[in-house]
Amino acid sequence: MKPFAYAVAEAPVQAVHQLSARPGAKFLGGGTNLVDLMRLGVESPELLVDVTRLELDRIEPTATGGILVGAGVRNSDLAADPRIRAAYPMLSQALLSGASGQLRNMATVGGNLLQRTRCVYFQDVTKPCNKREPGTGCPARTGAHRDLAILGASEHCIATHPSDFAVALAALDARVQITGPAGDRALALADLYRAPDEDPSRDTVLDPADLITAVEIPTSREAHRNSLYRKARDRASYAFAVGSVAAGLSLAPDGTISEVRIALGAVAHKPWRARRAESALTGNPATPEQFRRAAELELAAAEPLPDNAFKVELSQNLIVAALSTLAGVEEA
Amino acid sequence: MTTTDTRSQSTTSTLRLQVNGREHELALDHRTSLLDALREHLGLTGSKKGCDHGQCGACTVLLDGRRVNACLILAVTAVGREITTVEGLADGEDLHPVQQAFIDRDAFQCGYCTPGQICSAVGVLAEARSGWPSAVTPPEGGVQLDEAEVRERMSGNLCRCGAYANIVPAVLDAAAAELPAPGIETAYHEGESR
Amino acid sequence: MTVTKALTGPPLTRDEAIEKVTGKARYAYEYHSQPDTAYAWIVTSPVAKGRVLTVDADHVLRSDDVIAVLWHENAPHLGDVGDPTLAVLQSPEIAYRGQLVALVVAKTPEAAREAAAQLPVEYEELAHDVVLTPDHASLYKPEKVNPAFETDTEQGDPDRAFDASPVQLDQTYSTVALHNNPMEPHATTAIWGENGSLTLYDSNQGGGVVQQLLAGLFELEKSQVHVINPHVGGGFGSKGMPRPNVVLAAMAAKVTGRPVKLAVTRQQMFSLVGYRTPTIQRIRLGAEADGRLNAIMHEVVEQTSTVKEFAEQTAVATRMIYAAPHRRTSHRLARLDVPVPSWMRAPGECPGFYAFESAMDELAVELGVDPVELRIRNEPEVDPETGNPFSSRNLVACLREGARRFGWRSEPRAPRNHREGRWLIGAGVAASFYPTYQMPASATASVDENDHYTVDINATDIGTGARTALHQLAAEALEVPLEQVTVRIGDSDLPAAGIAGGSMGTRSWGWAVTKACRQLREEGAKSVTANTKKDIEALGEYTRGSYGAQFVEVRVNQDTGELRVPRMTGIFAAGRIVNASTARSQFIGGMTMGLSMALHEEGLIDPVFGDYANHDLASYHVAGCADVGALDIGWIEEADEHLGGAGTKGIGEIGIVGTAAAVANAVFDATGVRVRELPIHLEDVLK
Ligand SMILES: Cc1cc2nc3c(=O)[nH]c(=O)nc-3n(C[C@H](O)[C@H](O)[C@H](O)COP(=O)(O)OP(=O)(O)OC[C@H]3O[C@@H](n4cnc5c(N)ncnc54)[C@H](O)[C@@H]3O)c2cc1C
Ligand code: SF4
Ligand code: FES
Ligand code: FES
Repeated sequence: MKPFAYAVAEAPVQAVHQLSARPGAKFLGGGTNLVDLMRLGVESPELLVDVTRLELDRIEPTATGGILVGAGVRNSDLAADPRIRAAYPMLSQALLSGASGQLRNMATVGGNLLQRTRCVYFQDVTKPCNKREPGTGCPARTGAHRDLAILGASEHCIATHPSDFAVALAALDARVQITGPAGDRALALADLYRAPDEDPSRDTVLDPADLITAVEIPTSREAHRNSLYRKARDRASYAFAVGSVAAGLSLAPDGTISEVRIALGAVAHKPWRARRAESALTGNPATPEQFRRAAELELAAAEPLPDNAFKVELSQNLIVAALSTLAGVEEA
Repeated sequence: MTTTDTRSQSTTSTLRLQVNGREHELALDHRTSLLDALREHLGLTGSKKGCDHGQCGACTVLLDGRRVNACLILAVTAVGREITTVEGLADGEDLHPVQQAFIDRDAFQCGYCTPGQICSAVGVLAEARSGWPSAVTPPEGGVQLDEAEVRERMSGNLCRCGAYANIVPAVLDAAAAELPAPGIETAYHEGESR
Repeated sequence: MTVTKALTGPPLTRDEAIEKVTGKARYAYEYHSQPDTAYAWIVTSPVAKGRVLTVDADHVLRSDDVIAVLWHENAPHLGDVGDPTLAVLQSPEIAYRGQLVALVVAKTPEAAREAAAQLPVEYEELAHDVVLTPDHASLYKPEKVNPAFETDTEQGDPDRAFDASPVQLDQTYSTVALHNNPMEPHATTAIWGENGSLTLYDSNQGGGVVQQLLAGLFELEKSQVHVINPHVGGGFGSKGMPRPNVVLAAMAAKVTGRPVKLAVTRQQMFSLVGYRTPTIQRIRLGAEADGRLNAIMHEVVEQTSTVKEFAEQTAVATRMIYAAPHRRTSHRLARLDVPVPSWMRAPGECPGFYAFESAMDELAVELGVDPVELRIRNEPEVDPETGNPFSSRNLVACLREGARRFGWRSEPRAPRNHREGRWLIGAGVAASFYPTYQMPASATASVDENDHYTVDINATDIGTGARTALHQLAAEALEVPLEQVTVRIGDSDLPAAGIAGGSMGTRSWGWAVTKACRQLREEGAKSVTANTKKDIEALGEYTRGSYGAQFVEVRVNQDTGELRVPRMTGIFAAGRIVNASTARSQFIGGMTMGLSMALHEEGLIDPVFGDYANHDLASYHVAGCADVGALDIGWIEEADEHLGGAGTKGIGEIGIVGTAAAVANAVFDATGVRVRELPIHLEDVLK
């Protein structure tokens, strides 16, 4: 770790200013990812601007009936919030399935969204990696890639985004509020993350001095309330997802699907909103066969590698299982 | 308070840390983790370093009563917070109920993960008292600490000696011993026999 | 409380329990934080084979905080102790990625770490080969396998007997590299005294070896080296020998004239402190229709490094576990550009039994007999390898008692037969075995004018409960209450004793302690020192070992393939159990690690870079709290007259032997999928 300066941000605008004034500066949230990466030599900021003492720690209703979550809210507080648990169970469950009790007490909403991939090459500065050092290559393709992407990857990078929380937010159509050098703006969560394409070094569309101030969760609807997050992993707890799904479902009185929301985790550079599956299902009967068909349709675009080919089936099964549970139907 | 250079050039700070009810003034490199501040600067070596990356839980301490991994916290960010380490749990000779339960259940072998397990368990009991759910908490109803709950909640503390099968009952014993404390809901209610 | 000699001793709490739960117990890195203490940081090689050309020490020495940089051109010369892994910084050769190439010493840990990261090192890089294959060109037959067993054995005519057998099984099983990962990383605090003496607070499984080898390396008298290790945060074999950290810390302290602290980082532990070799094991079983074995063949391929040979004794226990007239076992090593493999909990038996006990399960399926019954039918009368009688052998009792307690269905396997919701449920069984070893030790018992007894022995408690067990044995032999006895261990100034390894620690030390205490009592002396060398030599010709049976329930999710183990039963026959509580902890610890091996642990060798790609605890998973269900532990009370000493066998390793097979066998029972490669991943059972 290189020596660095440290400053406590007093207001969002000032924090943004501190970052734009100093290209080597970074915001510090809970530090659970940034400090880790600094210790590995992956990140080496000259200045850390601590944004945890900004008053971004509130969870409050919005005028339109949604919920606004401050970027500094700790993952554990958000997961335990009774409004979130009741109105957006998938969100609480996604948070609780991530990391450990200790880490969730530290991790902030903003930091969680911007945590970086767990690709082992990215984390090892003695090895090449396009994401860490553009142009050096992607050893994961022929190396350890079991945990990496099957959808939307590029020849330059097959990293996955590790956040569970972001998967649920993607399914909920949450929006991210940002204060940047040019002022305030908001982005759909789906538009926050990028595909790796030619430049995997950038995970998101944000400018380095953009401060996430809040996440806005839309007004709760049936497909938010009747929702769940299901995560498959190699340990029963304290492990990143091998595959995951955030799903919400509402049925019309005739039993057909009136609304369905599906996002997949651990399959792409970003939370993967399963729009194809959603549109194939909407208006159709809520049966395991329909779920399977839609899941297969969604995963048809998958381009797996030898060691992660199983994720195609795993993701399909997760979709079918989650929707079957939400619809209250039995799988064969 | 921290005296940080407002132009943000200095890479060290003089700061005060509140640890186990005592205040300490330290001049620290910003890189110093809370864990190293405790271990190398304050001689509080009870908190352990098993990985230095948030991956084992050996460094667990309580920050304003909440369990956290001291290895991923920069000491400079802990200013103004109340830090409790394993050394601060007992009341003189009287062990904390979690400490006693760990002894009674032989919930450790080498002891290296133990301070972290114990601090984590103290945090777990407080979280359960506050009604915080875990990944295995059913959506309806309060929090009832049982084996499945404790296993899930204690998963951020690895024990290579494999004492989990003793740690879980130890935490449950401590939860039962703590019952009179306000607000905690467990599977066992006063007046009921088991 | 007076302890009386019972086959199962009372479940007393650990002597050091309060220290451990209050944070007062000090480990190796926790001794010296004086103003002049320096911190050392290891620099490792990013190339897997080649040599160090130059190190630009000046580049980092510009910092005021950096005190010294050591590398092969300026490091002090070390004496030759015959262990190339300890000849640190003596040559430019690089034999594996992650080998240490330099050491930075600085005033703060932060500065040391950063200087180590920035240190410019130039390398000459050569092509490397790190992938173990069953037909690797470098395969050779080692002279012996660990510690001194015959490499190959053959009895009768196994090929012909196999061919003639009505039921045949021929399968290959493999295990991956496993990393010991004790929670306390290997660490040392080293201080040189003015008189040229060296004090080492070191994390190890035996201070005596450290003392001896460090004396050799630094060309000192043994008495000049003082090794102190009252508490050790686990080792599981990886701290059985001195590791580079202790040599480097001593070197750095010598060069800088300051106390030096050094801890191996978790990441570095994947290359610097040993690991379990991957194995490829071909097993052939030839049986009669009733299940009696005619032929057993167990041929093992494993890896070693180019710097030092380590040959795991993977198939050795196959030589005696079941009866069969025709048998062959063999071990072949591939010499690869990999880190040096070494001991990990039950080296040999652990991977060997995974393969062998999986094969037995497959044979039971093939024959349509209950796997418990199959094992009982092949129970030998005498040791099939040596013809020696068994001092005691209670495998059958363990199997029967375990089956009863577990609720085992005594019938042929019918896989994929039991489900609850989306979960397939299965049960599996495997046998466990671990040989009983012993090493000579000395202990001193003395009494003061207040009738307080002190027992001294350089034993090491790495979490086994040895301190407490020795205390109990001492009180028993002295026939006084525990409170009247103090046991002192973990210091090389105390009478010499062997390491905590091979499950022989408490057995060997307990023997010496018991002997010294009995003599003291009988002779009414003030102080007695006893040594057990002669007693051990006088042991009769028996095959001694601990046995066990493990039963496991597995649940497999039909949607995700996720594997869960809600319960395990382990029944052991391990001689006298000195402390029921700490012994139980040893068994659950072993079984938990066995479960971890079966489902989680996987050292992934990276063919391109040559290292273990997943070198941290987030990517190399060990079982966590939520992975372990209910553990039911029991033992068969065993009075074995041929054990000598305190009548104990060993309990530290047997718990891990067989667990992985029981899990894999249960996975088969649940799913019908036979996984022959560990660990079992969810994708292996995703239909
Ligand atoms: C062992 C381990 C296991 C884990 N397991 C899981 C898991 O299973 N699932 C999961 O989802 N996560 C997991 N995590 C990751 C964890 O959730 C993240 O590290 C955490 O959410 C990051 O939040 P933070 O506040 O600590 O971020 P920091 O580390 O403080 O910051 C992360 C990044 O975000 C930037 N940043 C922080 N706040 C803001 C802001 N307001 N605006 C703009 N930029 C900001 C920082 O500059 C930095 O680049 C695990 C982590 C560890 C160490
Ligand atoms: S997958 Fe992406 S992060 Fe991983 S090595 Fe390739 S470029 Fe780097
Ligand atoms: S040392 Fe902090 S989690 Fe391992
Ligand atoms: S007691 Fe040794 S690691 Fe937990």
